[in-house]
Amino acid sequence: SITGACRAIQKLTRVRVVDNSALGNTSYHRPPKCIHVYNKTGVGKVGDTILLAIKGEKKKALIVGHKMPGPNMTPRFDSNNVVLIEDNGNPIGTRIKTPIPYILRQREGEFSKVLAIARNFV
Amino acid sequence: SCRISSDGKPATFQPPPKPVIIDKQKQGLQRRFLSPEFIPPRGRTDPLKFFIERRDMIQRRKVFNIPEFYVGHILAVTTANPYASEKASRFVGICIQRGGKGLGATFVLRNVIEDQGVEICYELYSPRIQAIEVLKLEKRLDDNLMYLRDALPEYSTFDVNMKPVSHLEHEEIPVNKLQVRMKPKPWSKRWERPKYNIKGIKFELPEEKMKEAQKWSKPWLEFDMLREYDTSKIEEKIWREVSEALKK
Repeated sequence: SITGACRAIQKLTRVRVVDNSALGNTSYHRPPKCIHVYNKTGVGKVGDTILLAIKGEKKKALIVGHKMPGPNMTPRFDSNNVVLIEDNGNPIGTRIKTPIPYILRQREGEFSKVLAIARNFV
Repeated sequence: SCRISSDGKPATFQPPPKPVIIDKQKQGLQRRFLSPEFIPPRGRTDPLKFFIERRDMIQRRKVFNIPEFYVGHILAVTTANPYASEKASRFVGICIQRGGKGLGATFVLRNVIEDQGVEICYELYSPRIQAIEVLKLEKRLDDNLMYLRDALPEYSTFDVNMKPVSHLEHEEIPVNKLQVRMKPKPWSKRWERPKYNIKGIKFELPEEKMKEAQKWSKPWLEFDMLREYDTSKIEEKIWREVSEALKK
């Protein structure tokens, strides 16, 4: 059987880091790729944590938008966006210019620091 | 000195009779627009189901005004959102697609915010929608603008704080014959193929590629009688039903 293209985030998807951290913005000869999704299914949607391989290091990240259409009334982005995060949940960057979906506000407890540095909401 | 009429009494001021304006445009074709989700799809379902759905749609339209809009219009939608500041969120975008029939009718709005393309699929009859404003009325050459995803981002950027452009009630909706320039290939779909029948792209591909794309043309499709679905009579009936119900 052939599975269709999964436009959410799974292992080996190339992602785009949207915060202004040094690790996310310096160029490297390989794009940042997902190597693990912290989820029962290996498919990451908005609000899931993933493990990213950037510049030869492993870093955790939070998914803030993907190309896959979700439930109605939720935004669908043109690129798979991700925010770099520490193990305790603190974001590494200090500003997020790209729009973030309002759905993340539901889990205000875990993502409060990420939501605090976000500028635009959609 | 006041004028004295032939009777000898001073004449009071008589204002001139008000001119009666007969607006010939208004008397002409009042644009009859029936939203595409009222037309039932072709199938073997009981018409009673569509009748009940239409009643619910009309009920919703009485409470909340859904303006007439087509693909290519720029809309601003305010939705109720428990997680937004002031519980309401506003999104401005160009309508790229209208899909679904009945109460599940949807439309997709697209905009590019801070160099990030965002699309939101809204349900027309969802109770979460608080207002739909049409900011700019203009039709495009196609009724499906999905190719804007592969076009240069300047064609999908619209100012979030743009003022509504005024439009006269009884004029034709202008068609924007804009030919959009695309990003380099690969695209999400092969828009040059005749299956999509797109007129709004300025293809800068070489001649051989355009000829190769015509290999997939199916000229027999337009003569296929089993695929014909003539909706004119159904539309007339439903238009009369809906306009009478909305006038009450």
